[in-house]
Amino acid sequence: MSASGSLWLIPALPLLGAAINLLIGKRLGRSAGILATALVVASFVVSVAVVGSLLALGAEERIHTQHLFEWIRVGGFSVGADLRLDALSAVMILVVTGIGSLIHLYAIGYMHGDPRYGRFFAYLNLFVSFMLVLVLGENLLLLYVGWEGVGLCSYLLIGFWFEKTENANAAKKAFVTTRIGDTAMMIGLALLVLRFGTLDFSVIFGSAAGTLTKGAATTIALLLFAGAVGKSAQVPLHVWLPDAMAGPTPVSALIHAATMVTAGVYLVLRMHVIFEISGVALTVVAITGLVTMLFAGTCAFGQDDIKRVLAYSTVSQLGYMFMAAGMRAYSIALFMLVAHAFYKALMFLGAGSVMHGMHEETDMKRMGGLIRKMPVTGVTFIVGALALAGVFPLSGFFAKDEILEVASSTGRPWMYVLGTVGALVSALYMGRLVFLTFFGRARSEEAEHAHESSLVMTIPLIVLAVGAAVAGILDTSTDGLISRFVEPVVGSVPEGAAGIARSAVVTISLSLAVVGLFVTWVVYASGKIDWLALRVRMQPAQRVLEHGWYVDNYYSALLVTPGKAAAAWLAYVFDAKVVDGVVNGIGAAVRALARSGRRLQTGLVRTYALAFLAGAICLLVYVGFRL
Amino acid sequence: MIDHLLTIVTFLPLAGAVVLLLWRGAPDNSARSAAMLTTVVTFIVSLSVLGKFERADAAFQMVERATWVKSIGLQYLVGVDGVSLWMVLLTTFLFPLSVLASWTVEKNVRLYMASMLVLETAVIGSFVALDLLLFFVFFEALLVPMYLIIGGWGGERRIYAAIKFFLYTMAGSAFLLVGILFLFSRSAGPVGHGTFDIQQLMSVAGSLPASTARWLFLAFFVAFAVKVPLFPLHTWLPEAHTEAPTAGSVLLAGVLLKVGAYGLIRFNLLLFPEASKYFAPAVSILAVIGIIYGAVVALIQTDIKRLVAYSSVSHLGFVVLGIFAFTNQGVTGGILQMVNHGLSTGALFLLVGMVYERTHTRDLGRMGGLAVVMPWLTGAFLFAVFSSVGLPGLNNFVGEFLVILGSFAVNRWFGALAAVAVVLAAIYLLWSYQRMAYGPIHEEHSGLPDVNLREVLVLAPVLSLLLVFGVFPKLLTDRIDPTAKAVVAHVSPDHLTDVGAGAVIQANGAAP
Repeated sequence: MSASGSLWLIPALPLLGAAINLLIGKRLGRSAGILATALVVASFVVSVAVVGSLLALGAEERIHTQHLFEWIRVGGFSVGADLRLDALSAVMILVVTGIGSLIHLYAIGYMHGDPRYGRFFAYLNLFVSFMLVLVLGENLLLLYVGWEGVGLCSYLLIGFWFEKTENANAAKKAFVTTRIGDTAMMIGLALLVLRFGTLDFSVIFGSAAGTLTKGAATTIALLLFAGAVGKSAQVPLHVWLPDAMAGPTPVSALIHAATMVTAGVYLVLRMHVIFEISGVALTVVAITGLVTMLFAGTCAFGQDDIKRVLAYSTVSQLGYMFMAAGMRAYSIALFMLVAHAFYKALMFLGAGSVMHGMHEETDMKRMGGLIRKMPVTGVTFIVGALALAGVFPLSGFFAKDEILEVASSTGRPWMYVLGTVGALVSALYMGRLVFLTFFGRARSEEAEHAHESSLVMTIPLIVLAVGAAVAGILDTSTDGLISRFVEPVVGSVPEGAAGIARSAVVTISLSLAVVGLFVTWVVYASGKIDWLALRVRMQPAQRVLEHGWYVDNYYSALLVTPGKAAAAWLAYVFDAKVVDGVVNGIGAAVRALARSGRRLQTGLVRTYALAFLAGAICLLVYVGFRL
Repeated sequence: MIDHLLTIVTFLPLAGAVVLLLWRGAPDNSARSAAMLTTVVTFIVSLSVLGKFERADAAFQMVERATWVKSIGLQYLVGVDGVSLWMVLLTTFLFPLSVLASWTVEKNVRLYMASMLVLETAVIGSFVALDLLLFFVFFEALLVPMYLIIGGWGGERRIYAAIKFFLYTMAGSAFLLVGILFLFSRSAGPVGHGTFDIQQLMSVAGSLPASTARWLFLAFFVAFAVKVPLFPLHTWLPEAHTEAPTAGSVLLAGVLLKVGAYGLIRFNLLLFPEASKYFAPAVSILAVIGIIYGAVVALIQTDIKRLVAYSSVSHLGFVVLGIFAFTNQGVTGGILQMVNHGLSTGALFLLVGMVYERTHTRDLGRMGGLAVVMPWLTGAFLFAVFSSVGLPGLNNFVGEFLVILGSFAVNRWFGALAAVAVVLAAIYLLWSYQRMAYGPIHEEHSGLPDVNLREVLVLAPVLSLLLVFGVFPKLLTDRIDPTAKAVVAHVSPDHLTDVGAGAVIQANGAAP
């Protein structure tokens, strides 16, 4: 089979796994997990092969497409089930299937003994399949199929342990919140059809410049970006992601860190042509990213739940990616996406390993000193944390450094300054997490007796740790490997006004990272400071951060409560009393009329005669006047 | 025989009903089996209608014509086009499932099944009739068995609901009858003799003064808008749906509401194109209000059947919005949604019925945690929920997108506001599912059984179609599109009515 002819296999293999496990997963027992993992690995192998054949082509010819069937044809509007593999989707499918394989493997151990083991892997496979459709679709409607499909799987997996009401609530919240963005995105698609008559990337990219005015481009770009804001949990639609931690930890790693939440970044990269025609839309992207990055960073610092720290950290890191995309440094956004997939998946799986060793405890106040009990988990986690904090030479260092370097040359110095502040914030929350969890003394019975996880869980940790450490070589500068590979698709990183020298950028951000880590060590692990007492003294501030600046409460007070009241009024007052009241009123009136009509028919000839006379007189009068 | 395919499909169920009515003292199981056999055979025969249908032909096909009452020009005239074809198949598909789902009916089984079969003939007849008076006869005839089914086998307030349903739709029909008779009286001049033949009446209606045509449009419109139902004529629907037995709700939502939408396309648009165009903005606004209104009111329902009923108000708003956009995509999308809504909401009502038979409550507050004891039944429910929510890959998405697209071309606000309902649908459906299936389970529900074989046989066909028509909507649209195109050209001949690339190129007169 030719390379482009086998593209369909990439999403089809995990889809097959989902179908099998959904139908007979219960009977398969433990093999359900093995089957699911094997199929994702197979998909990874096919991906590597087709990407390999892509690399064999000249840089400008690196596109494979495959037409499967015509999905929709109505009048002159047609949408094909067509796949497209170019440099951008190549990077994405490798991340999705590669990291996905490791997380599947880990989940074999993590989910062991769960009564719905088979169903878990069915959903996880289904997710991978939809995610691959999302990044391989050759038109926006197929992308949208994947986009909504991963939302469905996210819903199913967040609420996987649905017996607990809070998990079910979190699942619904995630689906509904993202759907707000999705719906805006769908309107954006409709607008695109009106302008281009199609949703095919090849047509849109080829003729966008001549077809769209600046204003139209801005409207469309912002509507698409609304979808990205929902999916990638950016302010103001970020509220679902911290709650989504109710799902099993492999889900948090795969969906809510490495892949699905990065779909928004992919969308902006994919549609960058339209964002660029607008210009304004790019600024909105950059500022949204910047605000989210700082906001979520502060929230991460206030969490005690290890998974919620990581969740807010993910929101914050996605903010960095959007910041990069908004500055037209698309390839750097993509590079950060890859690096982040490694170190954040690693840390989520590490957190899962910690929970496994501590009877599902997630409160960091009850941890401490775990590195002695779980050395593999501890060491690999620290690698991930240092990568995220941007310590040289780990992958996060290069990503963050390149973003700050570009920011320093955009002519908007405040973006660089705030971006650098963000680097400090990242180091602070990451340091706090690491020192509270792995260092100091054990602060609970469970922490004293914690145990290391089995090999099926620690091997993925080690592989991911290696990846998080060395992924930096993929893009050591704004002209690195990934940047050059995706240049034909997204263009090269713009050379702005001469910014601060790279060496200065590096020195400043690296020193801030070290300072941040050092400060947290002093506070949380050196033993010189009673951080619990400090915490009590700082309680009001700590509360605000822990509750994510109370955004949920505002939404509840401003939207949910009035919305419910309005719906109740419409249903119980307007619909029942007014609309139906009129109907029943007419019914009653007819009945009343009939009653009086019945009274007329008295059966007395005298009355009839009288009426007849009255009628005749009226007629006569009328005729008389007419004459 | 093959020349009378439509007649056979239409009257087979009636024949079954006659047999049942004559067969006094038939054992319950024989009555059930007889009804099942009749509906299955009807479905199989209807498949040959699909087989014979020429997909590219927009004209009426398989036409049968016979003089009935010569003195008043009444004919037996039937035929199908791309709209009625699918309505007939939707009907013949849903009836066997409804009969099978009614196996648990214990009271007066013979009469119940006979009513079902009479209903099927009346519904199919409404869809194939090409003679206005013949249509009216079927249109009125379907009220009686439905009235009996709701009033005889319904819930606690069944009598109130049945009477309300009957009177409300009758009131609408009165306007329709006046309109039909008026058209008939005008047909004597131009056609030479009075007629109810809609193809001949098209030219009659075309020669009427604009104001007369508009009044006639309104007379027809009221009758069909009640049936759809369009806001604010919808209040009979929640009552009827809630009180009807399971099969009653399935058929009410699945096919009876479609008779209203079908009437709008077949009669309002064909007979009064200018008036349709004139009233389109007003109708679209009512549709958009209905889309959002139905969804908002559904948000806080605690009775699961009422909730699904209000969601129908919202979804049928999509149908009308698409039709009155008069764009190729809008009209095809609207017709597609007629089929899709029939399947999705039909499935939801079937599932609600199965849950009710186990828990004996429709109150969501008294359910919860059912996914633990009945994973397959709740799984099927979730599947239908996501179909109804418009998840891409399942049936509703394509139709909804086409409607939004088609109406967007006419008025940005219509499309955008309709899209809001997509968010609301996710809220009310997922919330209701959560209250039913998730959370801790109630003590008294902990021993309830999952689906049985009969229920699998009911659910499997309809759930499969939700997926099939999501992935291969062309199975439907290829046969709808030519008819939709003809309808659009008839109503709106001088406007750009296609938003697709092919059309854009044509309009510019340039080669790609």
